[in-house]
Amino acid sequence: MSDDTKNTEWPLWEVFYQPKDGKPFEHAGSVHAPDAEMALQNARDTYARRNEGIALWIVPSDQIIASTPEDVGPFFDPANDKPYRHPQFYSVPRAVKKRK
Amino acid sequence: MSTFDTIPQTRKEALIEILLRLGDDRLIHGHRLSEWAGHGPELEEDLALANVALDMIGHASSLYAYAAELDGKEDEDYYAYFRDDIDFKNIAMVELPRGDFAFTMARQFLFSAFSYFLYDKLIKTVDDEQFNGMLQKHFKEIKYHLRHSREWVFRLGDGTDESHKRTQDAFDEIWMYTGEMFDMDEADKAAIKHNLFVDVTSFKDEWKNLVNETLEEATLSVPDYDQYMFSGSRQGRHTEHLGPLLAQMQFLRRSHPDAEWK
Amino acid sequence: MDTQKQLDEFQQRIDNGEKIEPKDWMPERYRKQLIRIMSQHAHSEIVGMLPESNWITRAPSLKRKMVLLAKVQDEAGHGLYLYSGTETLGVERRELVEDYIYGNAKYSSIFNYPTLTYADICVIGWLVDGAAIVNQTMLAKSSYGPYARANIRICKEESFHKKQGYEMLAKMTSGTPEQKRMAQDAVNRWWWPTLMMFGPHDTDSPNSAELIKWGVKTKTNDELRQSFVDRMVMEAEAIDVTLPDPDMKYNEKTGHWEFGEIPWDEFWSVVKGDGPMNRERIKARRKAYEEGEWVREAAMQYARKKKLKEGKAS
Repeated sequence: MSDDTKNTEWPLWEVFYQPKDGKPFEHAGSVHAPDAEMALQNARDTYARRNEGIALWIVPSDQIIASTPEDVGPFFDPANDKPYRHPQFYSVPRAVKKRK
Repeated sequence: MSTFDTIPQTRKEALIEILLRLGDDRLIHGHRLSEWAGHGPELEEDLALANVALDMIGHASSLYAYAAELDGKEDEDYYAYFRDDIDFKNIAMVELPRGDFAFTMARQFLFSAFSYFLYDKLIKTVDDEQFNGMLQKHFKEIKYHLRHSREWVFRLGDGTDESHKRTQDAFDEIWMYTGEMFDMDEADKAAIKHNLFVDVTSFKDEWKNLVNETLEEATLSVPDYDQYMFSGSRQGRHTEHLGPLLAQMQFLRRSHPDAEWK
Repeated sequence: MDTQKQLDEFQQRIDNGEKIEPKDWMPERYRKQLIRIMSQHAHSEIVGMLPESNWITRAPSLKRKMVLLAKVQDEAGHGLYLYSGTETLGVERRELVEDYIYGNAKYSSIFNYPTLTYADICVIGWLVDGAAIVNQTMLAKSSYGPYARANIRICKEESFHKKQGYEMLAKMTSGTPEQKRMAQDAVNRWWWPTLMMFGPHDTDSPNSAELIKWGVKTKTNDELRQSFVDRMVMEAEAIDVTLPDPDMKYNEKTGHWEFGEIPWDEFWSVVKGDGPMNRERIKARRKAYEEGEWVREAAMQYARKKKLKEGKAS
């Protein structure tokens, strides 16, 4: 966030909302706001107009640390050959399946 | 219902009167806020102002709908569109022109603080299920209006020299219209008898404390509570600002009263 | 400079239907084009609030007042989503806004026409939002991730915009003679400008081919316009309103409605700034921006003071 006293552009914040109790938070979008309290209010007024969520997180956009496109290979490809991490990898006796 | 100093005789009349008083405050205030749509100081605030306006017009609409049901009128629109200036029971503060953003937020804060204490007491008192249900729902939104406007008073009061001056001017200008919030008349007393309203003077000190604290934190000076106060709007004696507002709000509906507009 | 290899790989990603995200490599021209069309879209949402907010205080019932206010508020939200999306390309909202209120950046010309009666509000919902939905449904599949996501959100919210307008217009066309007159007059005034919303003919649209190649758009102006006309003919008939085009006729072979020549001279003149409301719209937006400056500044100043205090305290 800039300390330039001439700049009146409010900093950018990323907004996350929880759609329902117990659900993980999802990214909703961003808002501009001068500070955290107003960011929270602006997030509410912008992204919760239609009961989209029951809780909000806001984070200064410049505090988000993201992986880069160059990371795609080393970060995510190795997981491709580990089927044993996924439940579909295992077979379950038929009788158990039926009872669900 | 009649205007001026007619005293409600029955429980039903007392209830209708209260519903309209609360409804008129909210419709007229909501109208002023809705004038900001498309003209706010920043996009996010445009959305915020519209939310508050929508809440207020929504509150008015449901209060009117209940009054219409009791009063044998067709629907909520009757009260908004087919009454004259002297029939409206809102306090003058909410009919004053929109002003700048400082004026809008100062008014919002003073009115929301008043509504907050009023609704808090009403919910504990009102002996009418439907009315009380509405109050509870609206109370949640009022809490947010108070929070939003109060935070803005801090920022504008303690922001720049210009914002400080504008905000101080706004409070000074509105001040003579704050007295009406705490005026009590025979209609209020009639409603209190039926457990449909509360003595508004009972929470004046709480309201003052919140206003004093807030203005102090915002580095603003609190105007004189004992200065001249405007009064009479609840009985239909308004400022000159209500007429043009209603002329605009009502003209289309009144030009074609037999047409379907819902 | 972008190398041919980079360009080819980029094109391959587009052709595979992959989404481009902010940090991905992209041709400079792709970035420029996106900033241009996304910010134009954002400006349009914001300027679009003005002709409609003109009727909020005069709406003829409390229900319609709330519907209209909620709709105008949505436009502010849509502008906000789109500016946020554009900001991922490394520009600030402030620059974008100043580009159209002080510079030459464009917004949709449709908003340079006045709303004269309440029927205009209904017709804007029906025709203008109807056209916008056709466009935005396509843009929801745009190759640029943030733009696609903004449009998905917009489409979700906008479904009520068209419906409320069409519903109320239907009430007017089956209402009193005065209501019918207002409704037909509004359709007469808005029909041709709405068709212009899809932009010039494909043959006169220099950017179109490139935007399609890059998957920013997936259909041409004329294709979109045609699918809009086909639907509107049916919808107009259903509510007994006449589209002001004597040349409109159904082509059995193509299965499409053929329509008369769009007044392109008017289109280009309004685009260049000479429309009935261009100057007023810009003036109104400038006023809001300039009068908002002290508010934005005060909030920033307060935040700075508070930070300083917190810094001292710790």
